[in-house]
Amino acid sequence: MTYRDTTYPAMHYTPVNLGRWAVWLSYALILLLAPKLFASGSGLSILSQMGTMMIFALSYNMLLGQGGMLSFGHAVYSGLGAFFAIHAINMASGGSFAIPLSLVPLVGGIAGLCFGMLFGYVTTKRSGTTFSMISLGIVELVFACSLMFPGFFGGEGGVSANRVIGKPLFGISFGPQIEVYYLIAFWLFISTVGMFAIAHTPLGRIANAVRDNPERVEFIGYNTQSVRYLMLILSAFFAGISGGLSAINFEIVSAENVSALRSGAVLLFTFIGGIGFFFGPLLGAVMGVFLTVLLSEFTKAWQLYLGVFFILTVMYAPGGLASILMMLFRVVVHKRLSRILPALAGICVSGLIALTGVVMLIEMLYHLTLESANGTTMMLFGRMVDTALPAQWAICMAVMLVGVIAFLFARTPFALCWGEVNAEIEQLALRSSK
Amino acid sequence: MHVEFTLISLLNGLSYGLLLFMLSSGLTLIFSMMGVLNFAHASFYMIGAYFGYAISNALGFWPALVLAPLAVGLLGALVERYGLRTVHKYGHIPELLFTFGLSYVVVELVQLIWGRAAVPYKIPAALDGPLFTLYTTAFPMYRGFMMLVALVMLVAVYLVLTRTRIGMVIQASLTHPDAAEALGHNVPRVFMLVFGGGCALAGLAGVIGGNAFVTEPAMAGTVGSIIFVVVVVGGMGSLAGALLASVLIGLLQTFAVALDWSLQSLLANFGAQVASDAPYFRLFSITLAELAPILPYLLLVLVLIFRPKGLLGTREG
Repeated sequence: MTYRDTTYPAMHYTPVNLGRWAVWLSYALILLLAPKLFASGSGLSILSQMGTMMIFALSYNMLLGQGGMLSFGHAVYSGLGAFFAIHAINMASGGSFAIPLSLVPLVGGIAGLCFGMLFGYVTTKRSGTTFSMISLGIVELVFACSLMFPGFFGGEGGVSANRVIGKPLFGISFGPQIEVYYLIAFWLFISTVGMFAIAHTPLGRIANAVRDNPERVEFIGYNTQSVRYLMLILSAFFAGISGGLSAINFEIVSAENVSALRSGAVLLFTFIGGIGFFFGPLLGAVMGVFLTVLLSEFTKAWQLYLGVFFILTVMYAPGGLASILMMLFRVVVHKRLSRILPALAGICVSGLIALTGVVMLIEMLYHLTLESANGTTMMLFGRMVDTALPAQWAICMAVMLVGVIAFLFARTPFALCWGEVNAEIEQLALRSSK
Repeated sequence: MHVEFTLISLLNGLSYGLLLFMLSSGLTLIFSMMGVLNFAHASFYMIGAYFGYAISNALGFWPALVLAPLAVGLLGALVERYGLRTVHKYGHIPELLFTFGLSYVVVELVQLIWGRAAVPYKIPAALDGPLFTLYTTAFPMYRGFMMLVALVMLVAVYLVLTRTRIGMVIQASLTHPDAAEALGHNVPRVFMLVFGGGCALAGLAGVIGGNAFVTEPAMAGTVGSIIFVVVVVGGMGSLAGALLASVLIGLLQTFAVALDWSLQSLLANFGAQVASDAPYFRLFSITLAELAPILPYLLLVLVLIFRPKGLLGTREG
């Protein structure tokens, strides 16, 4: 009983964390000012989509990044949330359920939470690979059910609504896209704060422990299953909010919202953004929506690019974009950027050349197999190209080969000086911590 | 229920179940050996079907039956050697993510090469036609051929695993990889062999399943989630469990599709009628045939609640 005497009360001295305030403030500012930069109609619509996807990706990362649960069925919660939200809008406009539009996302959130409690009870019984497969089973189950009950899910056509309900308050009717954007931005900010806070509660911390070493967590007296269950319920709540917002944004919800395809997309985006950092999914969502919306207008091969990009991320940068950014940032802070800059430029330029060659080849191949009925010529990087000419293929091959060979040569010096610089920085960090 | 209907459904269900087993056996082997759940396994099934189509156009069906699975197996071995082995050091979840990304890319590549529509992959003339006639229903010869191939494969896999030297090494690497490595066996190469072999089995299933059903870019998605259900229901890593679950799910789906029973008709047997304006009338009027697509997933949920390690599984994941 004497060991108690040796423990001292913890020091409670927390200085105001100026850096954190600055980050949150600039986040809010970016959300406020973004529509000023992209004021066009399509710009606003893309920003709104990014906003909902950011909440969705953050909620997904509560499972994958923080809890170590790789789910293939997260769209179940956002999609069902979206269905409940759109029915809430319809009921509100019909007068049978009084709710302002700005609170409709909460309906989605609560629906997500309830379904999280229901399905999570089954899925979180297991962890790891089995969890992944069960989540896939659940999403297929819900998707098949959605086609079976057209009364609630609207069958193939989905359920549509008109988001302008009731009288405008302070002149805000939520008819114009800009007002919807600010509604989404508001919920995005609140949800981000909420999820960041949850990550720092004891529950969030123990979820990290469950991810890293479930056995030891069991030994210190926690039930890993209930930790996973709680995290899933909370994550489903935020997913439901994002579903509710997307229902408001698109004014239509269909079976595609609860599909495995949608679940796969959020997994891709979140992982590409980086699951190791809290802000990673935000980057991933921006990048993902950008790729799906903009790239799909330019090329039919965008899914191939997305898939290959994802595989490359898994293989060579498992920390995602966020970790690449943070490592570069660390090098800049330690004033060593000038040392890696030549090598970095080398791999970037050679990589870009190789990429150009590959993209040209893929585009021409797509054109040849899928659209050759409309003639063999196509626009490629602003130039007319005839896909039937062997010379054209040779040029693309040559560009690709030059890029690849240059990349292979540039890789070794970069790896060397990158490793050197990072080792030095780690040495410094060690010395300062002593 | 008629005897004729029962027998024909039994045979159809059995042949579908055996096809599922050809897929899930490779998946189970790979999983129990490497701990990798190959998300792209159904993609290899699809590649097998397309290879089978391409080769049978050029050389005929019988060479395709041999060559296509070999090509798919080689492809699988290359994926293991140059893809999976790189991410192996990061753990199981990145491996799963890698195969997930692969399944994404394979669909796109297949569309790039063979187009977005289904390809006309036909049953060879020698196997076209009825095998025998039960009462009034003809049982197609090709279904019988599928069952035969699946059974031959089952016996072959069993014999290779239990009676040959390489099978012994595989079994040893499965349970005691370190000890097998210490005895001088190249365990990574055994992994590559198993991965390639599993993919070849999926490819074989593709060659004979592709013309029995439809060869199209969506075929991987439709069968993919079912085989995961099979693996979990049977018990992770249990070959016998995979066989049992495959046949069970095959029978379940084949019988359910043909039956239009509903809660309403059940109640009608007891003389009760459900008014069409009663609340939740839809729930009463759903027929078993409509429920068929979700039955495997319902089975999955039930098994997980009542027997978490699967039907014949020995460990909890």
